[in-house]
Amino acid sequence: MSNPSPAARGNRWGAWALIIGTVAIVVIAFGYVGGWLAPHRLTPTRIVNQFQANAGTFPGYRRNHAKGVCVSGYFQSSGQAADYSVAQVFASNQRTPVVGRFAIPGSNPYAPDGSVPIRSMALRFALDNGQQWRTGMNAMPVFPVSTPQAFYEQLQAQQPDPATGKPDPNKVAAFFAAHPETVAFRAWAKTAKPSASFASERYNSLNAFEFVDAHGQRHAVRWSMVPEAVGTADSTVSANDPDYLAASLQQSLSQGELRWHLIVTLAEPGDPTSDATKVWPADRRVFDAGTLVIQSTEPQESGPCRDVNYDPLVLPDGIEASDDPLLPARSAAYADSYLRRTSEEAHLPGTAQTVVKPHSEVKQ
Amino acid sequence: MKNSTGTFCFAARVLHWLMAVMIVAMLFIGVGMVASVSARHTWLVSIHKPLGIAILILVVVRLAVRLRNPPPPLPDDLPLLQKFAAHASHWVLYALMIAMPLVGWAMLSAGGYPVMLGESLRLPSIVPASPVAFAVLRHLHTWLALALFFTFIAHMAAALYHGLIRRDGVLDSMAGSKHANM
Repeated sequence: MSNPSPAARGNRWGAWALIIGTVAIVVIAFGYVGGWLAPHRLTPTRIVNQFQANAGTFPGYRRNHAKGVCVSGYFQSSGQAADYSVAQVFASNQRTPVVGRFAIPGSNPYAPDGSVPIRSMALRFALDNGQQWRTGMNAMPVFPVSTPQAFYEQLQAQQPDPATGKPDPNKVAAFFAAHPETVAFRAWAKTAKPSASFASERYNSLNAFEFVDAHGQRHAVRWSMVPEAVGTADSTVSANDPDYLAASLQQSLSQGELRWHLIVTLAEPGDPTSDATKVWPADRRVFDAGTLVIQSTEPQESGPCRDVNYDPLVLPDGIEASDDPLLPARSAAYADSYLRRTSEEAHLPGTAQTVVKPHSEVKQ
Repeated sequence: MKNSTGTFCFAARVLHWLMAVMIVAMLFIGVGMVASVSARHTWLVSIHKPLGIAILILVVVRLAVRLRNPPPPLPDDLPLLQKFAAHASHWVLYALMIAMPLVGWAMLSAGGYPVMLGESLRLPSIVPASPVAFAVLRHLHTWLALALFFTFIAHMAAALYHGLIRRDGVLDSMAGSKHANM
């Protein structure tokens, strides 16, 4: 081995090239799959960064639906969903504890409640068998867009102009012009008014899911939490209290429990399951899967919902994701948001720590 | 029980190559799923968890096989520094093969997630729910994964170096081809 012939030396160069080439290929493939070498791919990080670019960074808070309150209660199954889903939460007479959260969309945890017409309800059902069902619903009839890419572009279009502190109306208009699927949402938003209470809202899953029955048969569904409480006009809302939703919820609960009915809609063949911008025809079969009973509320800074990531793909046996492309994107982006806020809570190096005071220094 | 055959025993070789495929797949699945918002994200996550637990089980089996069947010695003429690097990197690989699934499992437990390996198969939580523990473990999972990836790269490069440059039978001892040792 000490005196290789020229041929052997040539082989050796070839061998080194092979080793270095193999290492390079594996490292480059890893970098590409991991997104480091694919800067144009839409990643959870880019979506969450865009939320921060639009509204600022509020350490410890969720990157969207940042303002909210915790609620607790239980779900009492009617048994009617048991024919369609083997999920234990739907077994007849089953009572499942729930930790939930009411919120408003947006990344600013100090935003006034009247600033957006949308309210949201997130729930975590803790099933007896240790499985969980998490769902995040919104009080609106459709989602504005149908794909993660369009959602990201919408966020970009809505990024405030540094000069005015407001989104550039031209960019917003250009986005809507390029995205006709937003028409249904915009038509609703035009007349939507901020409601005075979380209690009187109907919260919709918007995304489709699949119930799986005892025979393994799949049923495409959407669901809604339909309130028993009757809505009041927003005129009763005190314009002076930016946090009237939490106050009114506390007041309602001091007078008794609040109830919603889990109304499940069954799709017919051909109903769109992959497009949250489209409603299903009104004549679709619906049934009442049970009653959500909310008994108490706590501030989100100290309540049991604080450390819950309401990832809509945490599903029990018997409920599965549909082919809606928004679902994996929600799941991935929520995970990123959860890591950021828990890292801030842990005071890990490199995480945002400055406490932003209400209504001040919110950049852009 | 000194190994004088010059090759790893059959069980060790099968476990090595099976786990090599699983671990490399796992590393790519892991970095891919956290950098994706598409439908890939969902199915990669659903593979990642059961595959991780399978690796944890296999590494325990593998350590037992290794204890009963000591690996063949490294060539006598291998420089001391390379011998040290070989031994150290192997123990780092074993440590990471055990740590990665456990950290992943603990991280999901700390995050308050049900640790689901399939539609209904659920593992118990191994640490209490805590956002601080979740954040630390979640970051640790990433850093250990990168450490595992680069240790794997070094291991693969060293194996090729033994096989193509030194031609000292080390690669053959795991590849299983006879005429190990020159």
